[in-house]
Amino acid sequence: MTDQTRIRNFSIIAHIDHGKSTLADRLMEKTGAVSERDMRDQLLDSMDLERERGITIKAQTVRLDYKASDGEEYVINLIDTPGHVDFSYEVSRSLAACEGALLLVDAVQGVQAQTVANAYLAIDAGLDVIPAINKIDLPAADPDRAAVEIVNILGGSANDIVRMSAKTGAGIDEVLETVVRDVPPPRGDPEAPLRALVFDSYFDAYRGVVCYVRVVDGHLGSGDSLRFMATKEVHDANEIGFLTPTFVRVGVLGTGEVGYLITGVKEIDRIKVGDTITGARTPATEALPGYAEPKPMVFSGLFPTDGDDFEKLRDALEKLRLNDASLAWEPETSKALGFGFRCGFLGLLHMEIVRERLEREYDLDLVATAPSVAYRVTMLDGSVTEIKSPQDLPETIDRRGVAEPYVKAMILTPSEYVGPIMELATSRRGIVGDMNYLSPERVELDFEIPLAEIVFDFFDLLKSKTKGYASLDYEPADYREADLVKVDILLNGQPVDAFSAILHRDGAEDYGKKMTGRLRGLIPRQLFDVPIQAAIGGRIISRETVKAKRKDVTAKCYGGDISRKKKLLQRQKEGKKRMKMVGSVEVPQEAFVAALKLDDDL
Amino acid sequence: MTPTEADAYSRSAAAYVHIPFCSSVCPYCDFAVVAGRDDLVGRYIDAVCTEITTSEPWRPLEAIYFGGGTPSHVDPSVLGGVLDALSLKHGFSADAEVSLEANPEDFDVARATTLRSLGFNRVSFGAQSFDSSVLVALGRRHQSGQIESSVRAARRAGFENVSLDLIYGTPGETANSWRDTLRRAIDLAPDHISCYALTVESGTPLGRAVRDGAEAPDPDTQADRYENANMVLSAAGYTRYEVSNWSYPQHECRYNLTVWAQGQYEAYGNGSHGYRDGIRFRNIRRIDAYVSAVESDKTPRSGNDVIEGWDAEIDRLFVGLRRVVGVAPGPGVTTFLQSDSGRRLVDADVVNLVAGRLTINRPLLTDEVHRCVLDLEAPQCFPT
Repeated sequence: MTDQTRIRNFSIIAHIDHGKSTLADRLMEKTGAVSERDMRDQLLDSMDLERERGITIKAQTVRLDYKASDGEEYVINLIDTPGHVDFSYEVSRSLAACEGALLLVDAVQGVQAQTVANAYLAIDAGLDVIPAINKIDLPAADPDRAAVEIVNILGGSANDIVRMSAKTGAGIDEVLETVVRDVPPPRGDPEAPLRALVFDSYFDAYRGVVCYVRVVDGHLGSGDSLRFMATKEVHDANEIGFLTPTFVRVGVLGTGEVGYLITGVKEIDRIKVGDTITGARTPATEALPGYAEPKPMVFSGLFPTDGDDFEKLRDALEKLRLNDASLAWEPETSKALGFGFRCGFLGLLHMEIVRERLEREYDLDLVATAPSVAYRVTMLDGSVTEIKSPQDLPETIDRRGVAEPYVKAMILTPSEYVGPIMELATSRRGIVGDMNYLSPERVELDFEIPLAEIVFDFFDLLKSKTKGYASLDYEPADYREADLVKVDILLNGQPVDAFSAILHRDGAEDYGKKMTGRLRGLIPRQLFDVPIQAAIGGRIISRETVKAKRKDVTAKCYGGDISRKKKLLQRQKEGKKRMKMVGSVEVPQEAFVAALKLDDDL
Repeated sequence: MTPTEADAYSRSAAAYVHIPFCSSVCPYCDFAVVAGRDDLVGRYIDAVCTEITTSEPWRPLEAIYFGGGTPSHVDPSVLGGVLDALSLKHGFSADAEVSLEANPEDFDVARATTLRSLGFNRVSFGAQSFDSSVLVALGRRHQSGQIESSVRAARRAGFENVSLDLIYGTPGETANSWRDTLRRAIDLAPDHISCYALTVESGTPLGRAVRDGAEAPDPDTQADRYENANMVLSAAGYTRYEVSNWSYPQHECRYNLTVWAQGQYEAYGNGSHGYRDGIRFRNIRRIDAYVSAVESDKTPRSGNDVIEGWDAEIDRLFVGLRRVVGVAPGPGVTTFLQSDSGRRLVDADVVNLVAGRLTINRPLLTDEVHRCVLDLEAPQCFPT
């Protein structure tokens, strides 16, 4: 057990690509936790996808031994945080395990939306925030400007901000010294009953669920019988230890310490991130604050392109869930796309990551329906139901109103793009609020906007309108009533479920026009004219026609070559077997897939 | 032509003889043809004659068809030799139809007279178009005037049955050009006219050009041309009896009628196809391989499909539906009408039922019907 005064628990918070993982690597190197030879670049980001995208999905944690300039030995626990807003609950739990946070800002890019969002999260969690400016070695670095922006958010003096380069190693000693000096030591009560926070967990095929824990009060001993206060489950501490970053088994984790816990539980969803662990025999009366169930915000239907892959998709989802308790799904059947799953995600990035992992790691070819959000429908009798799929929206006459989730969004942008961004936000029903200049060149724009507008195409438009310079962050706000309608796409009068969408009335016609136009180009000609319509209830808002096929005949069967002709037609027939029938219209599945995948212009 | 007359050809015996030689290969052609190998004519004809003399004896032939390639490209006496071999082997019925395909540039009165005296009584000209730019686009070597002089030469030589083949929908062809071609064809009063849509076959120079971005024939334009042809030809006294064939009454091609009535026909020569004794068979496609096989007393057959039981019923519908008279009632027709895809075709007015016979109402969608027919499964009560 380490004396609490010698412990420093901190996180690094940063916008994507601002150098968080590189800094973590340097710190490990510097403190001897990892030798340079063993070092893979950015050790903390271990998933391939994380490395590729430069973001952290699962937090990791490492214990560093550091001899400070005051001659004392310190234990520094570096608690990594997921780097994206979709995982803000997970971020908040990681921060709750710390006393301080190092706010890392890129000297070239300056403060970004996530920097601010994370800084506020840390301040709200009562952490001491220590700013540092990274990448000062780059030719385009402008640390003075970054310092001004930081001061505008956090206050303080620009002179106190550490300037460093994780790449070259410049300023790393100063970072460690600052952490020891400015991060407060834990102040738990060693005599109180055990209270430990589960701030992350993951599934290991050999060990079962591994929990990352921070002991707040008391101590956690190997073999102790433990009560998980939220789930009310009792498990034994089969193994506990430190992460250096390899597992080092110990007999006890003392007050203020950070480590891992293995209980033998195999199912990830039986361990809740944010839960409080206490002793089963002498339990604490009160759990640590802040526990919540992560709630999916964005929903999308995932269907295997090849219907035979349905079971494979189910297996893959189950495997992903081993490590991602926030992933939720239920089976969904679509006339157009066959059997699949309606999946719930924490946010857009989460959705993208899951889809990519399914396709890459499980070799699946998937079709995803347009992402949607959860709507709250007030029925005529006043009851409220939540719907996650456009198909579940009750008829207009059966409902009194529909409310949709709004988010508080924050965009940080170079000031020259303020005009286009305001235009974009208002065109997407955003309500513009405060505007703060962090520096003469950089502005923070706050607004409230329906989540549905953001999941649709907002990110892409924002990027294209600001040449990629603006950054966006958002957090759930509230539900608001809106004039929402369901747009159905009808093929020869039959609705095609996969294309139904809930939209604001103002955007309905655009959607209808684009989908009907797109499908006209994708649906093969039939024996008769096929109208493709977009409709709101019984009202048609746009229409296209696939003209009837007029010629499908082999002109000549030369010299009575009947066999060859038959074989040719047999082959064409095989193609037809993959057709889906929508009413009397034959549509190749590829057409539906293409219509959903072609989202560049929607 | 009544349905009964048309169906009677199912009892015919016919023969096809392939003459693969051409002076040049047209860019759209994917038949078994050769150009510049006239040195092989002698050996090839000998091989065909050997194939004829060694084939199973049969009853007298009612229709003989020399196709190609270009039968008119070789010396008429050579064709006469083949006819003699056929006649010696199987005999000809008294009113046998003896056709050959001919190119306008190969045809004059002298040649016509010789062919007629050898026993040919029907000639089918590869006219294709009367529009010189279309003829060039199709890689044809003749001019429109040669079509007219060929037809006259055939008439003077005593051919009472003359046919013209036309091709529509060639990129660059206009509606006017097609109408003009039809008009000039009708002016020559042939007894029979075939109109074929230009078809892009992969592996041909045209197929490669289209693959590399050349303009492909437009199916809607071709549908327009076809409908125009049907209208104009009907007005001129021609009756359509098959998807692509029109004739004066009683001048239908009897070899064709035999094929579509599921009648039997022998086939001789490379790449030829026949149907005899319940077997659809084909010969080796390459001319040299075919000749070598026959010369070394091996069979020139490269494949056999046994057509029996339910397959034969499907086959009857498959070939018979190309005819305007359609097919007589039978288990295949009943199954068709009970199938989902068959019902869709009835609903869309692509097929209909005339006095119990299944007929195609929209001939341009014949392949659609054919795919449905090939998909039919034998009803449980059908004897296997």
